[in-house]
Amino acid sequence: MSQTGLQLPQLERQPMEPRALKSIILSAITIACAITACIPLFSVLILLIYRGGKRLTLELFYTLPPGAFDAHGVGGFGNAILGTAFMVGIAGLISIPFGILAAVYLAELDPHSKISETARFCAKTMTGLPSIIAGVFAYAVVVLVMGHYSSWAGGIALSLLMIPTVMLTAEEAIKMVPNPMREAAYGMGCTPAQSLVKVILPVAMPGIITGVVLAVARAAGETAPLLFTALFSESWLSPNNPTASLAVLIYNWSSSPYENLIELAWAASLILVVLVFVLNIISRSMGGKTKL
Amino acid sequence: MADNEFLGNVGGRTLSKPPTPGDIFFDKSFRFLTRAFTWATIFLLAFIVYKIGGKALPAFPDLGIKFLFTSVWNSSENVYGILPQIWGTIYSSFLALILGGFFGITIAIFITQDFLPYKVEFALKNIIELLAAIPSVVYGLWGIYVLVPLIRPLANFLHEYLGWIPFFSTRLSGLGLLPAVLVLSIMILPTVAAISQDAFKAIPHKTKEAAFGMGTTRWEAILRVMLPTASGGIFGALVLGFGRALGETMALAMLVGSMSTLTLSFFAPADTIAALLANTFPEANVGLETGALMYAACVLLLITLIVNIAGAVIVTKATPGGDRR
Repeated sequence: MSQTGLQLPQLERQPMEPRALKSIILSAITIACAITACIPLFSVLILLIYRGGKRLTLELFYTLPPGAFDAHGVGGFGNAILGTAFMVGIAGLISIPFGILAAVYLAELDPHSKISETARFCAKTMTGLPSIIAGVFAYAVVVLVMGHYSSWAGGIALSLLMIPTVMLTAEEAIKMVPNPMREAAYGMGCTPAQSLVKVILPVAMPGIITGVVLAVARAAGETAPLLFTALFSESWLSPNNPTASLAVLIYNWSSSPYENLIELAWAASLILVVLVFVLNIISRSMGGKTKL
Repeated sequence: MADNEFLGNVGGRTLSKPPTPGDIFFDKSFRFLTRAFTWATIFLLAFIVYKIGGKALPAFPDLGIKFLFTSVWNSSENVYGILPQIWGTIYSSFLALILGGFFGITIAIFITQDFLPYKVEFALKNIIELLAAIPSVVYGLWGIYVLVPLIRPLANFLHEYLGWIPFFSTRLSGLGLLPAVLVLSIMILPTVAAISQDAFKAIPHKTKEAAFGMGTTRWEAILRVMLPTASGGIFGALVLGFGRALGETMALAMLVGSMSTLTLSFFAPADTIAALLANTFPEANVGLETGALMYAACVLLLITLIVNIAGAVIVTKATPGGDRR
C-alpha cells in the first residue's frame, strides 16, 4: 500500500547534471563558432564600404587608370570594367550554349548511357579544376598560338570555369520539369527536339538562368585565369591586345606603393563585390521560382 | 452537324500531320548537337590534361624527377625545383582544412540539427554561402590590409614566449603562412559546410527520433548517432574542401610571401604551386623556365584531379541517392 520504498526517477532534466551540462557547453561552443564564421564576411563588407566607398565616384567608371605620379584622387578604371564585361561576355557566349546543349543530352536524351556518365563525371571534375590551370591551358592553346596576349584568351580561360557550373545546374533544372509536361508534348506529336525547345526548356528556364548567373558571378571575380592570358592594360578595350579587368587590377595595385592606386583597388573591390552579390541575389530569387 | 463543329472548316480532313522534313531535320540536328557537346565535355578535360602535359614534356629530360625533390628556383642559372612549393601547397591546405573543416562541420550541425528558428537558419546559411561568393582577390586585399596587421602582434607574442615549438619558430614579419591559411580556411568553409549539410539532411528523421527516444541529450544524439551516420558524406566534404584549398591561387599568391623555403613555422613566408605559377608565369623566360612552370602546373593538375575524383566518389557513395545529385 505505501509507496515509500518506490523511488520515482527524476524525469525532468536538471541543468547541472553532467550530461546536460555537457550538452549546454557544446551548444555554446557551436554558437560561438557560427558567430566567428560570420565575422570575416562582415569585416570584409565593412572595410570595403569604408575604404572603397571613400573613392566611389562616377568618375571611376569613365576614366582611365592614373599614372603613378598623378595627383591624389585622379583617375579611374573604366577600361577594367569594360574589359571584365567583355571577357565574361565571351566566356558566356561559349559556355552557355555548350553547357545547356550538353545538359539536355545528360538530363533528357540519354541520361544513363556510358557517355553521359563519363561526361557528368568530367564536368564534376572540372568544377574542382584550379582556376590557374584554366589560365595555363588558355596560355598554351590561345596565347602561344596567336603570339600575343588578348581578351579572347582571357574569355576562353573564363569559359572553362563556367561550362561545368552551367551544365550541372541546367541538368538539374531540366530534370525538375514534371513528367506530365513531357508526356503532353510527345502526345501532341512533337519530335523530341520540338518538345525540348517549346516545352521543356522554357519550363526549366528559371533554373537554367540561376546556374548561368552564378557562373557569371564566379567568372567576374576570377583573377588567376586572366593573369597571363589577358594580362592588364592602361588603355581602352581593344580585343586583340592585352585587356584590363577589375580582378587583375585589384591584384596588381594591391601591392602598389602609391596610396592613390591602393585606394582605387579598394574601390574596384567594392564594385566587384557589389556586382557579385547582386548577381547572387538575382540567382537566388530565380531559384526560388523553380520549385513550382 | 455536331461532328462538323469539332472539325470546323477543315472539311473532314484530319488536322494532324506527320512531321515535315524540316521538323525531322531540326530534330536530328538538335540531337546531334547535344550529343556532340556531351562528347566535347569529355574531350575538353582530356585536352586540358594533354595540352599541359604536352607543354611540360620538353622540360622533362632537362629537369627530370629531381625537379620534385629540389628546392632552388633560379631563372638566371636555369635551376628549378619545386619541393618547397609542393610542401607549401599540401601543408597550407592541410592546416586550412583543420580550421575550415572544424568550423564547416560545426556550422553544418548548427544549421541542420534544429538549433535555430527557420528564419535565422536561413540567414546563416545565406551568409555562409556569400562567404564563398567573395572573389579570392578581394580576400587577398583584405588579408594584406586588415588580417596581417591584426594577427601580427599575436603571432609575435606567441613566437616570443613559445618560440621553442617548431610551429612558432619565426617572427611574422608581414606576409606568411598564417594569414594565407586563415583566408584559405574561410574560403573552404562554405564548401565543407554545404556538403556536410547535405550529408546530415540525408539521414532519415527516425534515426534521430530513435536516439532521443533512448533518452539521449541533444549532443549525445549528435555525437554518437548523427555524426557517425553522416561520416561518409562529411569525409567526402573534407576531401573536396582539401581539393579546393590545393588549387586556390590568388589569396595565396597575395598573402603567402612567396619564398622557396621548407618550413614548419606558421609565421614564415612559404610558397605554393599555384602561387608560384601566378607570380612567375607572366615574367617567365621562354624556354626552360616556361617548361618548368608547365611541369609544375602538371603536378598541380594531377594532385587536384586525384583529390577531387576521390572526393566526388566518396560523396556519391556515402550519400543515399547521391548519384542523382
